[in-house]
Amino acid sequence: MNQDWTHLRELESESIYILRETVAQFRNPVLLYSIGKDSSVLVHLARKAFYPGPLPFPFLHVDTGYKFKEMIEFRDRFCKEIGARLIVHRNEDAIAAGAHPLKLGVARCCGQLKTAALLHALDKYQFDAAIGGARREEERSRAKERVFSLRDAFGQWDPRRQRPELWSLYSGAINEGETMRVFPLSNWTERDIWQYIVQENIPVVPLYYAQERLVVRRNGTLIPADDAIHLKDGEVPEKMWVRFRTLGCAPCTGAVESRAKTLEEIAEETGSAKISERSTRIIDHGANTMEDKKREGYF
Amino acid sequence: MSSNVLRFTTAGNVDDGKSTLIGRLLVETQGAFEDQIEGAKRENERRGGKGIDFSLLTDGLKAEREQGITIDVAYRYFATPNRKFIIADAPGHEQYTRNLVTSASNSDLAVILIDARNGMMTQSRRHTFIAHLLGIRHFVVAINKMDLVDFRRERYEEIKRDFTDFVARLGGAEVYCIPISALQGDHVTGPSDRMSWYTGPKMLELLESIQVDDAAHKLPFRFPVQVVSRPPASPEFPDFRGYMGRVASGSVKVGDRVLVLPSGARSTVTGIVTRDGRLDEAVARQSVTLTLADDLDISRGDVISVEDRPPVSRTDFKATLCWMNERKLRLNHRYVLRHTTKTVRAIINEIDYRLNVNTLERESPVTELQTNDIGQVRIKTLQPVVCDLYKLNRHTGGFILIDENNDTVAAGMIQE
Repeated sequence: MNQDWTHLRELESESIYILRETVAQFRNPVLLYSIGKDSSVLVHLARKAFYPGPLPFPFLHVDTGYKFKEMIEFRDRFCKEIGARLIVHRNEDAIAAGAHPLKLGVARCCGQLKTAALLHALDKYQFDAAIGGARREEERSRAKERVFSLRDAFGQWDPRRQRPELWSLYSGAINEGETMRVFPLSNWTERDIWQYIVQENIPVVPLYYAQERLVVRRNGTLIPADDAIHLKDGEVPEKMWVRFRTLGCAPCTGAVESRAKTLEEIAEETGSAKISERSTRIIDHGANTMEDKKREGYF
Repeated sequence: MSSNVLRFTTAGNVDDGKSTLIGRLLVETQGAFEDQIEGAKRENERRGGKGIDFSLLTDGLKAEREQGITIDVAYRYFATPNRKFIIADAPGHEQYTRNLVTSASNSDLAVILIDARNGMMTQSRRHTFIAHLLGIRHFVVAINKMDLVDFRRERYEEIKRDFTDFVARLGGAEVYCIPISALQGDHVTGPSDRMSWYTGPKMLELLESIQVDDAAHKLPFRFPVQVVSRPPASPEFPDFRGYMGRVASGSVKVGDRVLVLPSGARSTVTGIVTRDGRLDEAVARQSVTLTLADDLDISRGDVISVEDRPPVSRTDFKATLCWMNERKLRLNHRYVLRHTTKTVRAIINEIDYRLNVNTLERESPVTELQTNDIGQVRIKTLQPVVCDLYKLNRHTGGFILIDENNDTVAAGMIQE
């Protein structure tokens, strides 16, 4: 066997196989591009999978209007650079009505700006498969997720209706109106992701690197505070050395204290992390869990 | 060289301590994080328990935690500096056969939990039989709860003998037995001063060192075509035609003569193309794009193979089926059969026998198979299937059946 057949090569090959199966089995797939590190890896793998051909699917970004400006800048520059077709979809009605987590609560805000927007976009463009960067290690309801995960005509996930997946036989057989979510990074961990980003020198949003930023402490989470609209009365921002482990909407994504300024330092820090990455995502807290959201059609 | 990823499945009765063992492995290798451990503790206390219940770390769905059961195969990850581990954790009771078949299909090793007080039970035999049937040839037997049998060596030896005898009856496999206490931590990742009579490796050491050496590397070259690549002309690739796929077994070099099935056409490999450059060789499990010297009519589902020792092209065969759906098997009904990257129409003509997974007896005549039944059947396909026997090559010998509702209803292994 090849001496440099590392665990990263094994994961890479498996993901490429899954991406090719998706293109072979579906009429109109799309890659759900969320701008984060997992999306960066997913895009990198997709470019490898279809080389020397072009990417055989467009990217869809569901924009809530609350993404960090560094994310949007990165998205536009990166997609242009690699020649990707980017579709940006927003729930304009909800945005115009002023949907905000401090006003609606996190669950309802996510429901309108993310879940409803995603389902609407899938329907509008008639996508039959949506490729996402979710990983089984991230959250416990994802530990049982299939690589090809079936959604009913309302975009909902029913754990009891998922098909058994044996060997590397992924069944893309769906009925009228149903869609598939495809997760090529299922077997990757956060550590694998960063090791691979270092190995392949994959570009990521600068927010992942540590720097001094304005934050407020709220319920034990460090919330970015460069925009006053996300602040509650009486909250006073302070300057701290922080970075982001995961990227979501600015008002709902916590930072972690860190001095990791290079990819290598981030990979090193991730390797010894004691707290899970999703602990900084407010969406996972509270009564409405990731499992509930998945059932409703969340990514 | 050793494989850097070990995929293993875990099987055992609900009360054998499987969740405790996995929970401990995760916690002690930092495969679980402090906030997750805290969450599991809080949840246990809310339900009136005390301290950490490791099973709450591994039970994924709310429905499961509420009912205290496990519905589905769950995947867990941990790593040491030497190896990455992927656990396919199959629940011990409800839907056991179907879930174990699924988790074993992608594993190279099975960890079987046995309660030292009870020894080999019907369930231990059933789990071992199914894992063996799916091609697993490495068994780590965790003889658990040694603290409840006073760490007696005789008890360990007795169970070890029973297990080894049973596996010999199945046709043999590597067996490694370890006396442990998952709850108290003896021999999981650390030592045990209460079982000094045992001088073998601890659980984690064993998992790190066992050479499963994926047999796929030694088998003849097989390359099921996934996608035919014909990109628009570019200066570097004015007229590119390549075959994308993942090497199912063996390896291939530029210049090798190959056979394309089912057509029987022959050609020579002219290139192994990747975005990281051209390669001289592609090995098992590697995703690449091949180019051939001749312009052949090749499409998705065709298999590119070595010239000598090719796979066979068949439209009828005997197979062992595990039935997975609530709607039972219908004879002479049209199913869709998916095998490697090929999809064909198929019917089941005959059921030869059903296997009693508890006694290992063959029951016949039988007229139906239902959920969790395993049996041997005869299958006819409309188009040829390019395959190997499952016992020779898991990657080209396994298939699934899909019904008209698009449900995956059975998993099959080609026998003859």
